[in-house]
Amino acid sequence: MSGQSTYHFKNPAVRWLDSRLPIISAMKVNALDFPTPKNLNYFWTFGGILTLFLGIQIVTGLVLAMHYTAHVDQAFNSVEEIMRDVNYGWLMRYMHANGASFFFIAVYIHIFRGLYYGSYKAPRELLWMIGVVILLIMMATAFMGYVLPWGQMSFWGATVITNLFSAIPLVGEPIVQWLWGGFAVGNPTLNRFYALHFLLPFVLAAVVFLHIWALHVPGNNNPTGVEVKSNKDTVPFHPYYTVKDFLAVIVFLIVYAAFVFYLPNYLGHTDNYIPADPLVTPAHIVPEWYFLPFYAILRAIPDKLGGVIAMFASIGILFLLPWLDTSKVRSAAFRPLYRQFFWILVLVCFGLGYLGSQPAEGGYVIASQILTAYYFLHFLVILPLLGLFEKTKPLPGSISESVLSKDKGGGPTDGGGGTVAAAAASAPEKRG
Amino acid sequence: MQKGCDPAGGAGRFGLSPGPFVAKNKAFSRKRSGAEGAERAFADQYFGDLDVAHAHTDTEEPTRRDFLYIATGAVTAVGVGAAIWPFIDQMNPDASVQALASIEVDISAIEVGQSLTVMWRGKPVFIRHRTEAEIAEAEAVPMSDLPDPLARNANLPESDPATDTNRAHAQGEAKPEWLLMIGVCTHLGCVPIGESGEYDGWFCPCHGSHYDTAGRIRKGPAPRNLDIPEYEFVSDTLVRVG
Amino acid sequence: MSQIKIATLGLAAAVAVSSALVAAPAFAAGEVKPPKSVHFSFEGPFGTYDRGQLQRGYKVYEQVCAACHSMDLVAFRNLGDPGGPEFSPAEVRVLAAEFPREVVDGPDDLGDMFERPGKPSDYFPPPFPNQAAARASNSGAYPPDFSVIAKARPNGPAYIYSLLVGYEDPPAGMELRDGAYYNSYFPGGQIAMAPPLFDEMVEYTDGTPMTVEQYSKDLSAFLMWTAEPKLEERKRIGFQVMVFLVVLAGLLYFTKKKLWRDVDH
Repeated sequence: MSGQSTYHFKNPAVRWLDSRLPIISAMKVNALDFPTPKNLNYFWTFGGILTLFLGIQIVTGLVLAMHYTAHVDQAFNSVEEIMRDVNYGWLMRYMHANGASFFFIAVYIHIFRGLYYGSYKAPRELLWMIGVVILLIMMATAFMGYVLPWGQMSFWGATVITNLFSAIPLVGEPIVQWLWGGFAVGNPTLNRFYALHFLLPFVLAAVVFLHIWALHVPGNNNPTGVEVKSNKDTVPFHPYYTVKDFLAVIVFLIVYAAFVFYLPNYLGHTDNYIPADPLVTPAHIVPEWYFLPFYAILRAIPDKLGGVIAMFASIGILFLLPWLDTSKVRSAAFRPLYRQFFWILVLVCFGLGYLGSQPAEGGYVIASQILTAYYFLHFLVILPLLGLFEKTKPLPGSISESVLSKDKGGGPTDGGGGTVAAAAASAPEKRG
Repeated sequence: MQKGCDPAGGAGRFGLSPGPFVAKNKAFSRKRSGAEGAERAFADQYFGDLDVAHAHTDTEEPTRRDFLYIATGAVTAVGVGAAIWPFIDQMNPDASVQALASIEVDISAIEVGQSLTVMWRGKPVFIRHRTEAEIAEAEAVPMSDLPDPLARNANLPESDPATDTNRAHAQGEAKPEWLLMIGVCTHLGCVPIGESGEYDGWFCPCHGSHYDTAGRIRKGPAPRNLDIPEYEFVSDTLVRVG
Repeated sequence: MSQIKIATLGLAAAVAVSSALVAAPAFAAGEVKPPKSVHFSFEGPFGTYDRGQLQRGYKVYEQVCAACHSMDLVAFRNLGDPGGPEFSPAEVRVLAAEFPREVVDGPDDLGDMFERPGKPSDYFPPPFPNQAAARASNSGAYPPDFSVIAKARPNGPAYIYSLLVGYEDPPAGMELRDGAYYNSYFPGGQIAMAPPLFDEMVEYTDGTPMTVEQYSKDLSAFLMWTAEPKLEERKRIGFQVMVFLVVLAGLLYFTKKKLWRDVDH
């Protein structure tokens, strides 16, 4: 990325190294000294939190892989032996299982931050699209990881999700058999899921690298959505944002630790402590919580192929988002109407999550259909139209100007409702 | 840099200069002297230069602020250190492996002149019921003929000589008719063959090491007598290894 | 103002987490009665197992349940582990040797399997060689393995307790399947297991009342321990971690505040 070093190091050894491989100056340019808008709020700390969780998942996963046996006869027991006999094995497994959940909590907050502040808009479209790829890889990794303990939910979750592909016309059946390596989910399936579950996090790490690279070309977006105009608008990443991110990481870890140590099985399903049995289907198959909104969309469509298409489209549509949103203004802080619709979308997603956990019958199905329709309406109709009709608030001249005007008590303020969510959203307008 | 607290410059705070810590300390002791300078240097070391172009003038006593940075850095270091241990310890033998660290063997069926090989901690253990002739032969060897004069018996102090009694010594008692040894050649780890070799004991086919009837090395490349594990006679017919 | 941001961040996190909890998959409720409310010593952030209770629970398991229910993942040595019933090493050896079934070992020199008394390193020997044999002996019903049963049922310990004390006459007009018993805490209400516990069935030597109620409670606690043997270690380390994180968060909060004090942002 950085070519010839422009830094001058006093230390001859460093100079020697850096003139041959400018790794030190690259680090300084891209991490330590990277000019970062000075008005980023705590929602901007989730990138760092996510990087940490990728690390936690890889390290604890490596540990589990040292003790796990990927065979249908031994997988369940080998996981339990990790919990019982391996030194700190219980800690490794609970960290890994809950780590997946907290990885998704962080990534969803990160995504909604991007939605709120318009971080997907030019010139950050590719940055956003790489982010969507990251989400897809995360989902595939999490899904295959959940199969490995070979409990009832592992087995039946794998069965249901792989069967989605049978909806593809003509080639559906052969594709599903190819995925399984047999005529049902079995030992070959478990083995290949294990291999892929091990591989994908490293692919993820590589894509995260691209994500950060793409971020460092235009630099960070910020709560005003106004681009950086001068040095006055920025501070060096280190120590300002290293310390701030570190604080946020620790606060997030407190919540994570509360689950790991005190509610380790709360986010899981009790049925997954029953060994997989191909003859007995659990009364109520549900995926892990982070897939519930998509599961609701899948079940909302009465047609098998249609449901699968809708589910994939609900993520695929995010790739088009930079062009669906026609507004010239980035941040929802200056888009009063969009802000309302943003919070409605958040509620719709929570609603879909709730419906995904309920049995697919009666009113639940109708509610899922309404919310699914709204989800697509938001992206396909509301966003394009809003950009044309919305009257936005005047933007500050620069980040520094917005910061100074706030000091005098002026500046734009949110008019949002008195909800907690609105309070959170208005945070960027306050001093922090 | 307005406050002029970082004479070593940008590179130093990343810990890249040779002994930046020491160098900075010296620079400071010249100007400020004492613990205050050292603390400051330490804080710079950890957090880099905390001042930026548009920072206001620092009005506070530097020591108090620096203490906060040092405390934060120290607590972080302690936490990282403590968090690493579980990741290392998980590779140690687990509880199910530990549970098999000692085994009990029934030796009632081993006739005089016969051997039994059992697996213990992943290695073969030879249990030989020796004949009178074998015992006599081993006892007759003068100590000066032994390349390795030490007993190599985990039931005895390390310095004990390799007499036959010491070789056939269990925890607390010697039973000359029973010889228990780890069946791994001390040369390069092959398993020796019983009742063979030039000294009527064991012979390692890999590189030609000869052991006598007390499992002591007599000829060949092996450096030590065959190792004797910890063992104990629970009863006349039951021996616990490990 | 940093406080406000932290507060909003905290609130947002709380909203996200609590919503996740609300959305966490609820078990198929159906007509199943929620378990009775019962308290155990291992509840709460500082709760630990009651050693006496676990020792009594083992006795109930060994003398009653073990006849049909295997416990494949638990070894006799575990009975002496810290954080469990904590029998002494000598007691563990005796319990292993006196378990109602011998351990199948082998093959011996002739290639045959043989039975011998258990040792501490052995796992609890199962009552049936395989699932088919278990079904054949129990008129088609499979007595589930008990190793992690307390985690495999929603609200496990309370459920097990409720099930054991919850046998009653079927409501008027209800037709029971052949060989089934009515138990309103069991999903579907019809359970193939006959009421397993009776008063005075297992002898307690520590003066604890020998009632079905007490047996059920002790057994539930014991099964929670077999499902979660590291619970005490987990909570102990958890407390240390929480204290550490809160202290570090406090230090970082002030560090961050001082660092940013001179920046307009």
